[in-house]
Amino acid sequence: MQTKFFGYRRENGRVGIRNHVVILPLDDLSNAACEAVANNVQGTMALPHAYGRLQFGEDLDLYFRTLIGTGCNPNVAAVVVIGIEPQWTSRIVEGIAKTGKPVVGFAIEQNGQYNTICSASRKAQEFVQMATEYQRTECDVSELWVSTKCGESDTTSGIATNPTVGNAYDKLYEKGSTLLFGETTELTGGEHLVLERCINDAVRKDFQFYFDRYAKVVDDHKTSDLSDSQPTKGNIEGGLTTIEEKALGNIQKIGRKAPVVGCLEKAVAPTGPGLWFQDSSSAAAEQVTLCAASGFVVHLFPTGQGNIIGNPILPVIKLCSNPRTLRTMSEHFDVNVSGLLRREINMDQAGDMLLEMMIRTANGRMTAAEVLNHREFIITRLYESA
Amino acid sequence: MAIDFLVHEAADGVGVVVVEGLKANQEITGWVMKEDQTVKIKIISDIPIGHKLALKDFSAGDTVFKYNTDIGKVVAPIKKGEHLHVHNVKTKRW
Repeated sequence: MQTKFFGYRRENGRVGIRNHVVILPLDDLSNAACEAVANNVQGTMALPHAYGRLQFGEDLDLYFRTLIGTGCNPNVAAVVVIGIEPQWTSRIVEGIAKTGKPVVGFAIEQNGQYNTICSASRKAQEFVQMATEYQRTECDVSELWVSTKCGESDTTSGIATNPTVGNAYDKLYEKGSTLLFGETTELTGGEHLVLERCINDAVRKDFQFYFDRYAKVVDDHKTSDLSDSQPTKGNIEGGLTTIEEKALGNIQKIGRKAPVVGCLEKAVAPTGPGLWFQDSSSAAAEQVTLCAASGFVVHLFPTGQGNIIGNPILPVIKLCSNPRTLRTMSEHFDVNVSGLLRREINMDQAGDMLLEMMIRTANGRMTAAEVLNHREFIITRLYESA
Repeated sequence: MAIDFLVHEAADGVGVVVVEGLKANQEITGWVMKEDQTVKIKIISDIPIGHKLALKDFSAGDTVFKYNTDIGKVVAPIKKGEHLHVHNVKTKRW
């Protein structure tokens, strides 16, 4: 496999594969100003979202980790933060500034929206003109942080596309890359297989803690066996019958070689190479947003029925093997591994096809989701605002 | 030989249809991936792409195995060659 690519080396040594200048709202109230700045300044991108007011406790901690982590991501060159008031705006700015990348905050109270847009637009222009002079340099695949999540899975996911990611993960593990999987409830029925892969008893205990914590959320709120939600309507249309069947397909993504070296809370970055589990929702946009906030720079996304998700800063590479899906919505896919179902290619070849596309994407090729303008930035909430 | 359905392991009670348009009373060809075996079976339902066929008779209360692992319980009798899905199999969890 090709082990070199051209990426952006950031001030803190991490490597990114995109060079975004982000206009980041602290809160829902600041979306309008951020979108105005992004409209004024070519080459910037606003990340509007629905939250940031009256959150508290663990939910507020997760919210700050998500926004700061997004700004810290190596795919981001510089950040302009806009908030309704200056204090929490500064908290975001200071968190991102620890990476050494350029970041400035603006607050709307006592300035108004027009003045804020004007000041922020001038700073955004400066950042874009600086970032567009950054050059890509040769980097090694061991410096790449790769995450995965499957969506709108069907039975072909467990047969072909998810094991293709597993094959790629086995090869990346041997090269020293940093790898992530999550989707806590979607391991139900296969949790014993993840426990067997944990590197020691401490990691096993951590995994069991996160698994049981999420299982309790389901038990506390369920009004049925979750059929139509998990598995989804699309999963069932695609032939998946139970959560156990879906989970056993899902787990194919972690391959066969890498032990699970640690378990992470949501939006927390890993501290070394190898395969990590992160507690997360199994809803695609929530999980991928958490991957981006945890510092991952490229994402492998197998689908059966055709989940079309993208992320504003984390390129999402789609692979599919279902011939009906590939025929009816081909513009959404980067890698076609349907040859696996016809025995025309083997799993090793499919894994290599995916890795080749990953390197091309790292070098700058836009994914289908990027071309189609998919920028789902969805913050995970733990409970209601105060 | 063209493959109509795939089976993860020989111990599994189900196969997965990977082509479109299969109709009841067709004899179809499957590949058991782990053991690399070819099998033939006559289906007794129309089965859409991605959906499962029973490789043996099941009674209510039986466990269905795929990946040689428990994927749920049978809630209505299923004949060999019949469509096996949410109408006759349910989760044991949740």
